Amino acid sequence: MKKTLFIMLCLAAALPAAAASPQQILDAYAAEAKKANPAFKSFSAEKGRAFYVAKQGATGRAASCSTCHTEDPKAGGRHAKTGKDIRPLAPSANAERLSDAAKVEKWFGRNCNDVLGRACTAQEKGDFMSYLMSVR
Amino acid sequence: MRTALMIAAAILSTAAWAEREHERDRGRDMPATTNAKWKAECSSCHMAYPPALLPERSWRKLMGGLDRHFGENAGLDAATAAEITSFLAANAADRNGGRRGAKMMTGIGSPDVPLRITETPYFRRKHREVNPAVFKRAAIASPANCAACHAGAESGSFSEHDVRIPR
Repeated sequence: MKKTLFIMLCLAAALPAAAASPQQILDAYAAEAKKANPAFKSFSAEKGRAFYVAKQGATGRAASCSTCHTEDPKAGGRHAKTGKDIRPLAPSANAERLSDAAKVEKWFGRNCNDVLGRACTAQEKGDFMSYLMSVR
Repeated sequence: MRTALMIAAAILSTAAWAEREHERDRGRDMPATTNAKWKAECSSCHMAYPPALLPERSWRKLMGGLDRHFGENAGLDAATAAEITSFLAANAADRNGGRRGAKMMTGIGSPDVPLRITETPYFRRKHREVNPAVFKRAAIASPANCAACHAGAESGSFSEHDVRIPR
């Protein structure tokens, strides 16, 4: 028993951080969306695009995702305050994007709060991801 | 002829010595061993500032309020935050911060807990000659953007010789 556990731990340690495909991460959000709303059908890249550019006034300064990430997810952006370069969001332009579920969740957690003043729903996250994945 | 050669040799060896001193300066303000999580997490929105630039108490307070980090949510999971906090604390200006750390502490009173490096007396003194308008230039954006002028900032080198202020 102890030995099995040891082998399992070794295997877990040997696995890369949390490599996943964007589709796998999207599927997890689909499951979550279905749980929240049994009538859920699918995500919409179209709605994701509208969400990406929509100005939100929640925190006193009108901002959208595109404020820092620019209107083109294939382009690099710039942090509005620190001036730090932001690498492109679209996986077609930056293969690192949407490949680590924990990282995706961390940034939704931070940025939804900063831009919308609340957490994003699974539907919104999935629409947003679908849009980024559709950008070629 | 021999004198000329000796002078040339002396000049060359002085130049080599200056170069070595300069090399030693490079990266002086970064601990010999850094922390991967500190690097990855802090540098996702700004440069990963060397721990020697703030006292331990400042890093602890800053790391305790990441969900409201200068008006932005920079929250981390508890384990990551704890690991980064220990790294920052162990190499803080008043702990293991070397010469730069000691200079950084000058003018910081014992009750003071500065949270912005740019508001420390040392930073202000060193940047006194820089017009505030310069910091607002598009290529710089903010005095917190060290690397805009200090090419070696990310590796912990703030040597005055390396300063190039973009137009």
